[in-house]
Amino acid sequence: MSGLFLFEQALNGLQFGLMLFLLAAGLTLVFGIMDTINLAHGSLYMLGAYMTATLAQATGSFVVAVPLALVATAAIGMLLELAVLRRLYTRDHMSQVLATFALILIANDSVRMIWGPQPISLNPPAALAGPIDLFPGMSYSSYRLAIIVVGLAVAALLYLLVTRTRTGMLVRAGASNREMATAMGTNIKVLFTCVFGFGAALCALAGAMLGPILAVQVGMGEDILILAFVVIVIGGIGSIRGALVGSLLVGLVDTLGRTFLPMILRETFSPQVASNAGPALASILIYVLMAAVLFWKPQGLFPARG
Amino acid sequence: MQRALTLAALALAIAFPIVAAPLDLDFYIGFASRVMIYAIAATSLNLILGYGGMVSFGHAAFFGTGAYVVAIAMTHGIDSLWASWPLAMAVSGVVALGIGAISLRTRGVYFIMITLAFAQMMFFVFIGLKAYGGEEGLNMPYRSLIGLGLNLKDDATFYYVVLALLTATVYLLRRLIDSRFGRVVQAIRENEARMETIGFSTYRYKLICFVIAGMVCGLAGALIANQTRYVNPNLMHWIVSGDMMIMIILGGLGYRFGGVLGAIVMLVLDEAISPYTTYSKIVIGFVLLAVVLFAPRGLAGLFDRKAARAAGSH
Repeated sequence: MSGLFLFEQALNGLQFGLMLFLLAAGLTLVFGIMDTINLAHGSLYMLGAYMTATLAQATGSFVVAVPLALVATAAIGMLLELAVLRRLYTRDHMSQVLATFALILIANDSVRMIWGPQPISLNPPAALAGPIDLFPGMSYSSYRLAIIVVGLAVAALLYLLVTRTRTGMLVRAGASNREMATAMGTNIKVLFTCVFGFGAALCALAGAMLGPILAVQVGMGEDILILAFVVIVIGGIGSIRGALVGSLLVGLVDTLGRTFLPMILRETFSPQVASNAGPALASILIYVLMAAVLFWKPQGLFPARG
Repeated sequence: MQRALTLAALALAIAFPIVAAPLDLDFYIGFASRVMIYAIAATSLNLILGYGGMVSFGHAAFFGTGAYVVAIAMTHGIDSLWASWPLAMAVSGVVALGIGAISLRTRGVYFIMITLAFAQMMFFVFIGLKAYGGEEGLNMPYRSLIGLGLNLKDDATFYYVVLALLTATVYLLRRLIDSRFGRVVQAIRENEARMETIGFSTYRYKLICFVIAGMVCGLAGALIANQTRYVNPNLMHWIVSGDMMIMIILGGLGYRFGGVLGAIVMLVLDEAISPYTTYSKIVIGFVLLAVVLFAPRGLAGLFDRKAARAAGSH
């Protein structure tokens, strides 16, 4: 069992890591280009999930609901940028933390007002409801497989966008030296708004895809937001490549740690120790990873700015 | 002027439990104690954040540590305040030493994130700590024993103990800030490279400052455990760290009474709105947003003419 089981858990880790990447990519771009911490990123993820659930119910189709929710969340993100975040770019990090923390409070209560305090349900499309045989003797959730495919496709698309297009070049230029990019005639303001909207759309995609697996509820954005921050700190803030590597690392370490650490503890210590310390140790594993990375590389694995 | 105001506020605070009973405001004695406990916590954060310039987003770790130490000590039969409260401060100090020693190697946003990560680590450790209640938390059968013929079970007595500790905290913090040590810490906030060049071990100064703040916050934690006679991992949740930051931003960063003012405003606002709506957080959110965008020096800053003039001259 152990080989197949390990493979299945690794796939789960990959799936979680890729979804983390969708969040981390937007976060790291906003941070890299605008030098702004956006705690409300998790709220956009939550909004994306809620809107997908509502639209899926209204249209009767998950596949139709997702793009609509992406557009709607991107629009909300751009409005947010114009109304609030734009004023924060020149402020210190603490003001940014506080103002976006305020946005979280506002977003959570707004969602509670509109959708109520109970979690709402979001079902995957019927075609992807059952398991699928990957190869003889190994079946895997087809929906999770779809998440992996979507995640890989978006990662590839993002890579091409950032490294091969003119817009991507401007984004990279803005990230490595904002003043110089402005001096060279880039319209930074428009670029900022667009990048923010794009990041919001990625959030919504992650929320829509993870919604059927996790619960769609108020506060869902906060826990994953912290993970996304861990990811970009490990990867090096501002670096897309770092975000990808960091996401996969965190996704795999977290998923595998939760599954195998209690098993390993059970082998080496008593079952009682394993059930007492296992879950705690497993859930702090990624923070230990982050502290270790920062200890040896205070700028993260792939520093964006030289 | 400020001295007179301070003394008047203190006199009011001392008189409050005496007049509260006849006015049927007993409930508010407990509430006021809670406000003062958060004021101690926020004041300790003000030391590192306002004066030291260290934007710690994980201060709740020490709050929770202090609370848990008192509760855990009680399950092992240590129920004297004179033992468990200093123990809470000492353990919080050791935790702060560990967290600070690693975190202070980083700067800027990395520091914000790593302190946040450490607090989340503590949060998950206590969730996993099944022996001490795990997610459910831990009940304290009674408040710490003070001896001296007093009993903290009486809310007014507890109130006076908290008031005394808050007064001591604010006073000692003031002395610390005005001391040579405090001046060095503030100078490091202004220009760390320069302080390092003229021969100060800036890392050591910041670390000591961080540990002191952790210990004071641990004391606040010990108090909140006694106030509610219940501890759970949520005391360390990052939202609590955020709340503490909100308090000193509302109150005024780097002002002696910033933490106190902020705790009063935030908790009173929460208490005042909650009867009317379950959505009190949205109001606090908008107030916070307005303060950050339009009054970045906080409430104390609004009354500080010197600062206003200085800001105007820029």
